[in-house]
Amino acid sequence: MNTQAVWAIYRFEMARTGRTLLQSLVSPVISTSLYFVVFGAAIGSRIEEVDGVSYGAFIVPGLIMLTVLTQSISNASFGIYFPKFLGSIYELLSAPVSFFEIVIGYVGAAATKSLMIGMIILMTAGLFVPLQIDHPVWMLIFLVLTCVTFSLIGFIIGIWADSFEKLQLVPILVVTPLVFLGGSFYSISMLPPVWQTVTLFNPVLYLISGFRWSFYGAADVSIELSITMIGVFLASSVAIIWWIFKTGYKIKS
Amino acid sequence: MAGATQDKDTSKAIVRISNLSKVYDGGHTALKDVTLDIADGEILALLGPNGAGKTTMISIICGIVTASGGSVTVDGHDIETDYRHTRSLIGLVPQEITLEPFETVSRTVGFSRGLFGKRADKGYIEKVLRSLSLWDKRNDKIVTLSGGMKRRVLIAKALSHEPRILFLDEPTAGVDVELRKDMWKLVRKLSDDGVTIILTTHYIEEAETIADRIGVINRGELLLVENKDTLMQRMGKKQMEISLHSPIDAVPDALASYRLERANGGSTLIYTYDTKAERTGITKLLADLNATGLKLRDLQTRQSSLEQIFVDLVRSSS
Ligand SMILES: Nc1ncnc2c1ncn2[C@@H]1O[C@H](COP(=O)(O)OP(=O)(O)OP(=O)(O)O)[C@@H](O)[C@H]1O
Ligand SMILES: [Mg+2]
Repeated sequence: MNTQAVWAIYRFEMARTGRTLLQSLVSPVISTSLYFVVFGAAIGSRIEEVDGVSYGAFIVPGLIMLTVLTQSISNASFGIYFPKFLGSIYELLSAPVSFFEIVIGYVGAAATKSLMIGMIILMTAGLFVPLQIDHPVWMLIFLVLTCVTFSLIGFIIGIWADSFEKLQLVPILVVTPLVFLGGSFYSISMLPPVWQTVTLFNPVLYLISGFRWSFYGAADVSIELSITMIGVFLASSVAIIWWIFKTGYKIKS
Repeated sequence: MAGATQDKDTSKAIVRISNLSKVYDGGHTALKDVTLDIADGEILALLGPNGAGKTTMISIICGIVTASGGSVTVDGHDIETDYRHTRSLIGLVPQEITLEPFETVSRTVGFSRGLFGKRADKGYIEKVLRSLSLWDKRNDKIVTLSGGMKRRVLIAKALSHEPRILFLDEPTAGVDVELRKDMWKLVRKLSDDGVTIILTTHYIEEAETIADRIGVINRGELLLVENKDTLMQRMGKKQMEISLHSPIDAVPDALASYRLERANGGSTLIYTYDTKAERTGITKLLADLNATGLKLRDLQTRQSSLEQIFVDLVRSSS
C-alpha cells in the first residue's frame, strides 16, 4: 500500500477545499438559513407537529442529507473530473499507485469535506430550532456512511463524465429530485397511500428516514431497513468502482 | 571505475520493449511490433514525424496507455504485473502542459513526490527547484507562470521523486534558445548522475547534440536505432551513386576493395568515401569500373547528413 500517495492525494484535494473554504461553507449556511426562514418559519407555522416534533426541527435531518448528498457527489465528481479535463491525470496513471489508493485519496477528501459541511449545517440549524439528537453515535454513523457512499458515486460520475454538462446532469436530474421526494421536508405518512408506495422505491427515503430516527427516534421505515439500504448503496458503488478498475473503463486508452 | 566507460554500461538494458503494438479504440494502429532495448544510463533520442507513435510508446511504458500486444520490462520487471516497481523508477515529462492552474509551484512538485511514494524532502525539492531556476517562483500559482516556466515545473515534477529513468516528450518544443541550452545542460548533468534519458524531438540538431543513440520512428514502426557516432561517421562522408545501364547481381570481385553497396535492385552502386581523406579513390574506382566493362548511365555525389538519413528513411517507409 502506497500510503504516501494516498496521503498526498488527500492533502492536495483538501488544499483545494481550503482555498475555496469560504465559498464551500458560506453557500450551504446561507441556503440552510433560507430553508429555515421559508419552510421552518413561514410554512412551518401553519403545519402541525410531525411525528411529535415541530416542523422546523423535523426538516433538520432532511436538510442536512440534501446538502451532504449533493456536496458529496459534486466534490468527488469534480475532484477526479478536473485532472481528467486538464490532462494532469497522466501523473496519477503513471504513478506507482493502485486504483484503490486513488479512490481512497479522492473519495476520502470529498467525504471529509461534505462531513464538515454537514456539521456546519447542523450547527446553523441549532441557531433556528432547539436540536435534539437521541442517538448521536448512530447519527454520526449515518452521516459518515452517507458521505462516503455518495462520494463514491460522485467519483464514478466523475470518471464517466466527459463534459462539464454530464458532470452536472446526474446531480440535477437524479439526485436532487430523489432527495426532495425522499421525505426531506415531510413524513411520507402525510402523502396519499398511492404515493406512499411509490416513495418506497426511492432509495434516498431510507437514508433520510434512518438519519431522522437518530435525531428524534421516529422513522418512516424501520431503522434496520435504513441501515441495510445504506449497505446496499455502498456495496453497489464499490462493485462499480471495482468493475471500472478491472476494465480500465474510460481511464486508459 | 575508469574514465570514459564509467557512465555507460550499455550491456545492461534497463528498458526492454518486445514486439510492442498498439491499436487505439478507433482502429488506428499507432505502434507496430516495436522491439527496442534501452541501455542503462544512455541518452536515447527518438525522432519521427507527427503522429509517428513516439508519445504512444512512452505512454505505454509509463502506464498511461495499455498496450495491445507485446511486453515491456523495466529493470527486469514487467510494467503491468509489477507496476509499482517499474513506475517508481520512471519520471515523465509529458508533451502537453497539463498542470493544476491554481496550485503553487512547490505544492504541485511536492504532490508528485508523495504520489510516487517518497517521503517529503524539502532539501531535495529545493535543489530541484533551484536547478530549474524555479526557486524564486515556488510560492507562485502555476497560472501566473510563462509557458517555459510551466514546462520547467513539469520537469521538476518528474524529477521530484528521484527517477532512474526520465522520459522527456518534446522537452524543447516552444522553448527559447537560452532555455533549450539550459535543458541540454540539465540532461547531461542527469545523465552524468546515471539517469537513463529517453527524449523525443523534432529537431535533428538536438538529437545530434545530446543523444548517445538515435531512434527513428515512422507510422508506428521503428526504422532505425543506431549510435550517434556511427551515424555521424556516415555524415562526415560523401556518397557517390553510380547508375548502371543494366542491373548486376553481385559486385564484381575486381571492385571488392571499394566496399560498394548495391541499391535499386542492382542498378545502382553506392560508393562511400571520406571527404577529409587525402585520396578519395574516385579516379581509381572509375578506371576499375571501366575495366570491368560495366556501362555507366549517370553519376551523382551527395553529402549524407543525419537530416538526409532521416528524410530518406521516413520517405521510403511511407
Ligand atoms: N487516445 C488516442 N485515441 C486514438 N488515437 C490516438 C490517441 N492518441 C494518439 N492517437 C493516434 O496515434 C498516432 C500516434 O500518436 P502519437 O501521439 O503517439 O504520435 P507522436 O509521434 O507523439 O506525434 P507528435 O510528434 O505529433 O507528438 C496518431 O495517429 C494519433 O492520431
Ligand atoms: Mg507526441
